[in-house]
Amino acid sequence: MSTATLQPSYQDTAYNYNVVRQFAIMAVVWGVVGMAVGLLIASQMVFPELNLGLPWTSFGRLRPLHTNAVIFAFGGCVLFATSYYIVQRTCQATLALPKLAAFTFWGWQLVIVLAAITLPLGMTSSKEYAELEWPIDILIAVVWVSYAIVFFGTIMKRKSKHIYVANWFFGAFIITVAVLHIVNSAALPVSMTKSYSAYAGAMDAMIQWWYGHNAVGFFLTAGFLGMMYYFVPKQAERPVYSYRLSIVHFWALVAIYIWAGPHHLHYTALPDWAQSLGMVMSLVLLAPSWGGMINGIMTLSGAWHKLRTDPILRFLVVSLSFYGMSTFEGPMMAIKTVNALSHYTDWTIGHVHSGALGWVAMVSFGSLYHLIPKLYGKEQMYSVSLINTHFWLATIGTVLYIVAMWVNGIMQGLMWRAVNEDGTLTYSFIESVEASHFGYVVRAIGGAFFVLGMLLMAYNVYRTATETEDTSVNENAQPVAGS
Amino acid sequence: MSNFWHWWIVLLTSACLVLVTWVLFSTRKAQRRDMTDETTGHAYDGIEEYDNPLPHWWFVMFVATLVFTVGYLILYPGMGKWAGVLGWTQVGELKTDQLKHERRFAPEFQRYAATPIEELIKNPKALKMGERVFINNCALCHGMDAGGNFGFPNLADNDWLYGGSADAIKTTIAQGRRGQMPAWGAVIGDKGVKQVASYVRELSGIDSGASQDDLDAGKKVFSTTCAVCHSADGTGNYALGAPNLTNNVWLYGSSQTQVEYTIRKGRNGVMPPWHDILGPEKVHLVTAYVYSLTHKAE
Repeated sequence: MSTATLQPSYQDTAYNYNVVRQFAIMAVVWGVVGMAVGLLIASQMVFPELNLGLPWTSFGRLRPLHTNAVIFAFGGCVLFATSYYIVQRTCQATLALPKLAAFTFWGWQLVIVLAAITLPLGMTSSKEYAELEWPIDILIAVVWVSYAIVFFGTIMKRKSKHIYVANWFFGAFIITVAVLHIVNSAALPVSMTKSYSAYAGAMDAMIQWWYGHNAVGFFLTAGFLGMMYYFVPKQAERPVYSYRLSIVHFWALVAIYIWAGPHHLHYTALPDWAQSLGMVMSLVLLAPSWGGMINGIMTLSGAWHKLRTDPILRFLVVSLSFYGMSTFEGPMMAIKTVNALSHYTDWTIGHVHSGALGWVAMVSFGSLYHLIPKLYGKEQMYSVSLINTHFWLATIGTVLYIVAMWVNGIMQGLMWRAVNEDGTLTYSFIESVEASHFGYVVRAIGGAFFVLGMLLMAYNVYRTATETEDTSVNENAQPVAGS
Repeated sequence: MSNFWHWWIVLLTSACLVLVTWVLFSTRKAQRRDMTDETTGHAYDGIEEYDNPLPHWWFVMFVATLVFTVGYLILYPGMGKWAGVLGWTQVGELKTDQLKHERRFAPEFQRYAATPIEELIKNPKALKMGERVFINNCALCHGMDAGGNFGFPNLADNDWLYGGSADAIKTTIAQGRRGQMPAWGAVIGDKGVKQVASYVRELSGIDSGASQDDLDAGKKVFSTTCAVCHSADGTGNYALGAPNLTNNVWLYGSSQTQVEYTIRKGRNGVMPPWHDILGPEKVHLVTAYVYSLTHKAE
């Protein structure tokens, strides 16, 4: 076992790479689909005719398809792939219950396909990021509990005494998402395709945003920090900067994130105490979030020169920079006075995408580029220069996107509150929409850059997976791209 | 909020903050002072971890946010029933803002309150202010150009449901209106609906294509059923808000299908009352603006 652990090969490995490969490939496929739908709806904001005049392709139905596809299909598959890979390698144990692991793959794909069918048909619970109707919700819960059993089962089989940091984050992510999903999706069905929330009024809104914000906090943050804690030190070939920092920022992050949801409901029917508590906890969240960024970036000290030649490392470092920026922006936007300007504007969309494109997608790209050659017994990806091109396309696309949304958002906020010398509003709502048009054009261009990069990745992954030469694996040699 | 939930919130919040503070300080207590090359001794798939101290600036920032939190939760609501030393509420903040706004801008509108509408339309500044009130509040239904929409009257065509005098317009805006066209389908039957619809359309000079017999029958139905409100010649009645049917202005469409629908199913039009929302001064100015659309100052 131990020799096999040290020198696994593509064909015959002590680890279960099959399910990892499946999830990794589908992550790329769903990434292309989800981001392409995003580009389509961004273009609809520029040319409304692109809704084709059909209900199934209208913005209101494709928008949840986009968010579900990029978060749960792309992001979800990346998380499954990397967590199954990392938990095996850092615990030196093969995946527990391989059949259940296979079920999580097929079950999750079924969820995605059902989402892709029902959302354009207009079947929705109307809860943001939780739009899927109750039968699919039950399937998600079953798959997720199976995922937890496989993951923690593998942890229990570990050879080492301690549990590696990456697995703390994956563990917190898996448990919390299960709780969030089950509580928020509680509903009374009236037919196979329609249900009503178990909660009402302001309480429904509060539970929805307790879920919504922690979908960001645990699905899109804790899970991806788990990836960061493995792939950054691996790719940089450096020890993690500070174990102490890992401890403090992990516990602080999971303890504080859960409180921050009410900042989505400032100046609403939500009671004052809940709003204030949500705001102040969001501020406390700044330091724990930055702890992860510091630990990741400082891991590179002594290896900075590698950034010149290794586009994978560039992806990882830039993702951490965007993570740091978004987690500074988030607490600032949670302050009521700032929120009064930013809420309901495109600033929010920009903030989400600086996290989604800059952090989540980029750390996923870096991790997948490290992971996929290993899964196919290759030295490195088919083309390192394509990774580099992808890196620049993704970075330029992200910057265009978020700058356009910042400008639009602040402009909208200022236009909505502008008053004439007699105290009447200076602009009507439609004038702020007209003024936003140019920003929507820039945003769509940024999105096109990002999708183009994703297509290059898909081609690169396809060639890496299908190329037959070079099946020799030297697990100890970390490919330094470009060298 | 019951005592149970009050203490639930207070205890959970405090416990969470205390635990986070404890983790921060206890982890820091045992740490070395300087950067180190020593690791914790563990290796996971080849990954080691340095035993470096927490960055000092980061520690200070963390403590600062925690201190701020304690202060904030004393000053503002957050801890269950605790209202905060400052007594801040979002409703209170809204009221203060509104009062400030009112104090600052009310004199601007007050200035024109005593000027009769007919005089006010000669004042470009007053009309501009009236137009802004219109665009902020009325344009949603009546359109930016006051040209109306299906079910929402055109205010610039000098055709009025309740009268176009300055007083009538002001009453409409301040008090609101409820326009009710009853449903006649069950009373006059399908044939009656078709005949009277054709007759009414012909009153506005539209060629309905109906036979003379049908038009005669339609006229008969009109005089017994519709004339009470719309008057015998179909020119309408301001007192009842009954539209003039002879001038080819149509609130709900002029096609045979649309007119038949209006007669068969009836229509309900609602103009909300704006007195309480805008106050008398703004109502006065927006009346002047609407009046000016059809009455040019000499």
